[in-house]
Amino acid sequence: MDHVPMSAEQPAIILSGIEKWYGTRDRPVHALSPTDLSVAEGEFVVLLGPSGCGKTTLLRMVGGLIAPTSGRLTVEGQLLWQGEQRRPEAVSELGMVFQDANLFPWLSIEDNIALPLELKGMARTERRAKAHELCRLVGIGGFERRWPRELSGGMRQRAAIARALSYDPKILLMDEPFGALDAMTRDAMNLELQRIWMDTGKTIILVTHSISEAVFLADRIVLLSPRPGKIDTIVHVPIPRPRRSEVQSTRAFQDIALALRQRLAAIS
Amino acid sequence: MSDSAPVGTPPSDALARRRGVREGLLPWITTPILLAALIGLWHVYVKWSGISHFILPAPADVWTEWLRLMTNPRGWNHTYWTLYATLAGFGWAIVIGVGLGVAIARVRWLELTLNPFIVATQVIPKVALVPLFVVWFGFGVTSKVIVAAVLAFFPILTNTVLGVKSIDEGHRDVMTSLNATRWQIFRRLELPSALPYIITGLEVGIVLAIIGAIVGEYLGGNLGLGRMLIERMNAFEMDEMFAILIHMSMLGFLLYFSIGILRRLLIPWHGSARR
Repeated sequence: MDHVPMSAEQPAIILSGIEKWYGTRDRPVHALSPTDLSVAEGEFVVLLGPSGCGKTTLLRMVGGLIAPTSGRLTVEGQLLWQGEQRRPEAVSELGMVFQDANLFPWLSIEDNIALPLELKGMARTERRAKAHELCRLVGIGGFERRWPRELSGGMRQRAAIARALSYDPKILLMDEPFGALDAMTRDAMNLELQRIWMDTGKTIILVTHSISEAVFLADRIVLLSPRPGKIDTIVHVPIPRPRRSEVQSTRAFQDIALALRQRLAAIS
Repeated sequence: MSDSAPVGTPPSDALARRRGVREGLLPWITTPILLAALIGLWHVYVKWSGISHFILPAPADVWTEWLRLMTNPRGWNHTYWTLYATLAGFGWAIVIGVGLGVAIARVRWLELTLNPFIVATQVIPKVALVPLFVVWFGFGVTSKVIVAAVLAFFPILTNTVLGVKSIDEGHRDVMTSLNATRWQIFRRLELPSALPYIITGLEVGIVLAIIGAIVGEYLGGNLGLGRMLIERMNAFEMDEMFAILIHMSMLGFLLYFSIGILRRLLIPWHGSARR
């Protein structure tokens, strides 16, 4: 029944009782009620939900960008948060991709992609070589020397993915990475992302509010409901890989999408 | 900021570049024409109005004097000291303005405590303080350097603060998620991101530094173009005074455009560096 790749090794990410409160003491906002979730090595998990359901909050806590109010979060067996304090050794296995590409406009594409390697002190020629290889992997070969402003939105996002992959983290966290792209580019990027995921074997958590994107990409969809944010249902997507664009018109795909749509309508 | 460019391939680059070239040529044609017209008008006015030589000398006489100034080592010596005071003052203004600016933008309590004093240094008429500087720091070049620095540091400071505060939160997230150290965040994100703002501060600052140096020279000492100008005026040598005035303006242009070149070298990626 459960097709999720369950190996003997530990899960890549474990959340237990992770909770988040925002705001001041007088006007607290409960962004995420205590949540348990574990993500297996190599699994593709999609967080889906209406705005305000805490999906981005959840992802940013896993990414080491905001501290949970309480709970325990481990990444590759390492505790990520020690109270408010982030443990740097646990972050090194995480790569983040945001809704905006967030490329630095003063760096060429190759230097943007190699930025994490530069911060780690890798030599220039070595990291340039790595950047070229990654450009080819994400399909922007030949654009290494361009400025970010010279690239289209989709290509910039590819570069952002390459940057996150540059230091070879085991886990990729993606916060609505294709939300700002047009529908056609978005479909193409979904196919690309699936290919990259299958090529590299990364563990991916992706946040989206697009049902079709979720069903197309995910091994497992975590549906969150708002006010306060919590896990509503978890849906497995047993559609075989590699999935092609046409899979969207199959019965299996549409059944899952419909069920999600109905559930989303009920909770938001 | 990075995502402000339109989605899609860049619109025919060559065409845009050609238009850029044509627009870039325009000032090289219009400036000499307008300048010639202005000098012509000046010449005609002096010739026909019979205005006293002590009020407005003829352009040809000023030109002769300027040529003499350029070939006179004494003139170059004065130019050197004005340039020295300007650049030394400007250098201090950069060090203090950028250093303090970065600190203020990062540390909230520093901003709150220092702001009244920084504003105070600006609302006091600084030119009125120049005689005091002369008393404190003597008639030598030091007092001029200080006046230039005091005038120039404020725009550099405020632009640096603005620049560091304008850093994209998304860019910060990238550096945070990459575990960057504070120094790396400064060197790889804050500094390059604030650079367009800082350079704008430098552009205003360099002009104020020249003004500071020259005003300082007006009020004391025996060196510099400001001093030379006052001497010529007191001697009613109007041709030479005008020549010095033009000489000063050209110095100002030169320094201002040097910052423009700096802009293109340091931030070629920024919209302001493109024509």
